[in-house]
Amino acid sequence: MMLHYFLRRAFLIGFVFVALTVLAFSLSYLFPGEVLNNISGLTDIQPEQRQQLIQYYALDQSLLQQYIAYVNRILDGEWGLSFSSQQPVLSEIIAVFPATLELASYALILSFVLGIPLGLFAAVKADSVFGKLISAVTLVAYSIPIFWWALLLIMLFSLTLGVLPTAGRISVLFDIPTTTGFMLPDIWLSDIDYKSEASQDAFRHLLLPAIVLATYPTTVMIRFTRDSMLAVLEQSYIKTARAKGLSRFEVLYHHGLRNALLPVIRQIGLQFSTLITLAMITEVIFSWPGIGQWLLDSIYQRNYPAIQGGLLVVSCLVIVVNMLTEILHTLFNPLARKA
Amino acid sequence: MIKALLSLMVPCGSLLILSACQPDIPETIQQGMVYCAEGSPESFNPQRVTSGTTIDAISQQLYDRLLDIDPATGELLPALATAWRLSPDGKSYWFTLRPDVQFHHTAFFSPGRPLNAEDVTFTFNRILQTEHPYHQIGGASYPYFQSVDWGSLVSSVVAENSTTVRFELTRPDSSFLSNLATDFAAILSAEYAEQLLKQGTPELLDQRPVGTGPFFFKEYKKDQFIRYYRHPEYWRGKTELTQLVFDLVPDNAKRMAKLLTHECDVVAYPRNAELKLITERPDVEVQSQISMNVGFWAFNTQKAPFDNVLVRKALAYAINKDAILEAVYFGYADKAKTLLPPTSWAFYHDLPEQQYDPVKAKELLAQAGYPNGFRMDIWAMPVQRLYNPNALKMAELMQADLAKIGVRASIVSFEWNSFRRKLSEFEHDSVLIGWSADNADPDNFFRPLLSCSAAQSGSNRANWCDPNFDTLINQALLTADVKQRRSFYLTAQLYLDEQMPLVSIAHSKRFQAKSVKVTGVTINPYGGISMAAARKSL
Repeated sequence: MMLHYFLRRAFLIGFVFVALTVLAFSLSYLFPGEVLNNISGLTDIQPEQRQQLIQYYALDQSLLQQYIAYVNRILDGEWGLSFSSQQPVLSEIIAVFPATLELASYALILSFVLGIPLGLFAAVKADSVFGKLISAVTLVAYSIPIFWWALLLIMLFSLTLGVLPTAGRISVLFDIPTTTGFMLPDIWLSDIDYKSEASQDAFRHLLLPAIVLATYPTTVMIRFTRDSMLAVLEQSYIKTARAKGLSRFEVLYHHGLRNALLPVIRQIGLQFSTLITLAMITEVIFSWPGIGQWLLDSIYQRNYPAIQGGLLVVSCLVIVVNMLTEILHTLFNPLARKA
Repeated sequence: MIKALLSLMVPCGSLLILSACQPDIPETIQQGMVYCAEGSPESFNPQRVTSGTTIDAISQQLYDRLLDIDPATGELLPALATAWRLSPDGKSYWFTLRPDVQFHHTAFFSPGRPLNAEDVTFTFNRILQTEHPYHQIGGASYPYFQSVDWGSLVSSVVAENSTTVRFELTRPDSSFLSNLATDFAAILSAEYAEQLLKQGTPELLDQRPVGTGPFFFKEYKKDQFIRYYRHPEYWRGKTELTQLVFDLVPDNAKRMAKLLTHECDVVAYPRNAELKLITERPDVEVQSQISMNVGFWAFNTQKAPFDNVLVRKALAYAINKDAILEAVYFGYADKAKTLLPPTSWAFYHDLPEQQYDPVKAKELLAQAGYPNGFRMDIWAMPVQRLYNPNALKMAELMQADLAKIGVRASIVSFEWNSFRRKLSEFEHDSVLIGWSADNADPDNFFRPLLSCSAAQSGSNRANWCDPNFDTLINQALLTADVKQRRSFYLTAQLYLDEQMPLVSIAHSKRFQAKSVKVTGVTINPYGGISMAAARKSL
């Protein structure tokens, strides 16, 4: 039964990847400029190189064969060169992507840690002042435009109070060698003797962007946990459990939580693409050197090979995360497996 | 939730700042300085660039030149060359090199010998000899040397022995020494170049630099930062700073914010509009320097109607420079009479000032056969430069001025790289752009901007090739007598005033804002900024 389900998912994901690569492939043709430049990323092609490149990229063959050659190159890690730096696009993406993942995962963790307990609290104490306050504040935070909220925080904590930095992942004076691309692990893996100062500094840099980025998913988490908990609390099995004489906590923990959190897991997958979009905005505001800022710079510089590669990576990430949460959801929820 | 977050963060923020002042932070961080620059470098070899942003970031930090310019007087000082002499016919120069000058020891290169004549010949032969193995690397582009026509001037560079280098010129040129003292004439390592050639990666010469300067290259993260460490064997003595980081922050407001939060120690180009605000802060100091630059409006003189001198003069009369100075430069600039700034020794003090006179402008237009005006484009550069902090705003003001004489101007702008490319292909009608001098010699204004060879290489934005003018500026170079040279340059300025291939608008002051903790960083009127004397108190 489960195997069948996984096969179906794998088939679906394969199909989505094909669609994505077709889109990315066709961008070389849709972007302005010469196809050969767009596809190779070379800005200056000498006439004598030309024929060789056309053969290499199979441009003299049918579109289908060109597409197959393109997919092969993608799988081989040959993503062309960036127009602006003339460095391989893939290595640039590998350099910036961990920063985005790091920021997004801290924000996501923050939203879990804050969102689920607050949502539960708001559901259980739905009629109390606190419960109502949580709902009201959540609604406000949900509606705040993220860039405005970020600027407010910068103005307060950086410019007025002067306690937090405005930009970057760590003070540029700290020379941390890149091993994983994730800042905190990199600090701990390095052989510097000022690890605690460096991690404190990295943490201070992380605080504002993570809070800004966590704001939206936290509010979603609170609202969903609250609503789904309220719905679960209405169920007759909860009443039965209470009638059996279980304590309020036991009912909540054993019978309520698991059922209430199921739709929340699914929400993570659905909200992930919004999270990535918001991460891009956050990156630009805080000069966080992640893929969002890199992609926006590329768009500004009309760096077509980079845009192509960046879009491919970001959309693949969104799809993979979506798929993973769905599988997770299915594993926890026997009803979904049957459907 | 906002309240909850606030109450959570304030105590933890203040705790963190207390703990950040611990004394056990290593010296590379305590004595490290962050310079927030306005853009990324295009290359790490000064020969290959002209942009002031790149020169600021690389030239004085990584390299030395044969000669230096005294920023106060504009005189030449010995640097890597301890002495130099000139043959009586003015065509041969001998330079004696300083002994025991060490190149950088980096992760990618260990020097086996100190500087010698081979390094100097390598540096200049790369530019001069088309068959040189390095000449074609990176597209054989040496814009500064091409703009001063170095290729036809210098016939050979020869090492007479390990400490003496001889330059042979085809004609006497009194600006030759000044050109050697510019930031572009940095001395590279021949040994390193040879190593790279053996490795088959010659292009790294321009990307992973080795020089003799006060700092050595550690790492560059594109569009993020450049990291330098102090050169322990620097011939002028070790710098106080142990680390120097160029933080690349193109956004003006962000650069400002980083100054106020002390993430930057020195900030390049604070916006004129914000200068007043930051001078009021006790922790920030604003420095200014009259700079050798000019912002101008160049006409494409090969295109009708700008090929008509009457039209060009009419347009010059139509522009209200005072209003531009007020609105674009916020008064932090001098009104320009001619290309040369008033600080230059060849400046023509008695030159009549260009008046703002729309009536006269209309008359001239009618004389030229355009009583009802015409349509034209004003290209406004998309970036902020010292000589023109806001070209779009300037273009808008000029648009209004021109409308008064019946000329309907449209404003055109592109992304900076394509903008420059289209300019050198002369697709424009007129353009708002400018020039920052690289040395104190007046030739550095006239030749790169308005000579025929500059029109060929594309840096002559007026596309103006006038044999009379070329003769004047060439003759000025043939003599070393300053009085004679000045008289040629005065005539040249008068001639420009008659021909008006471009309208000089302003000579801007250069500003820099820095934390009061930092001393020893001064703006150099003749080129890139130097951090060699910088120090930071804790």
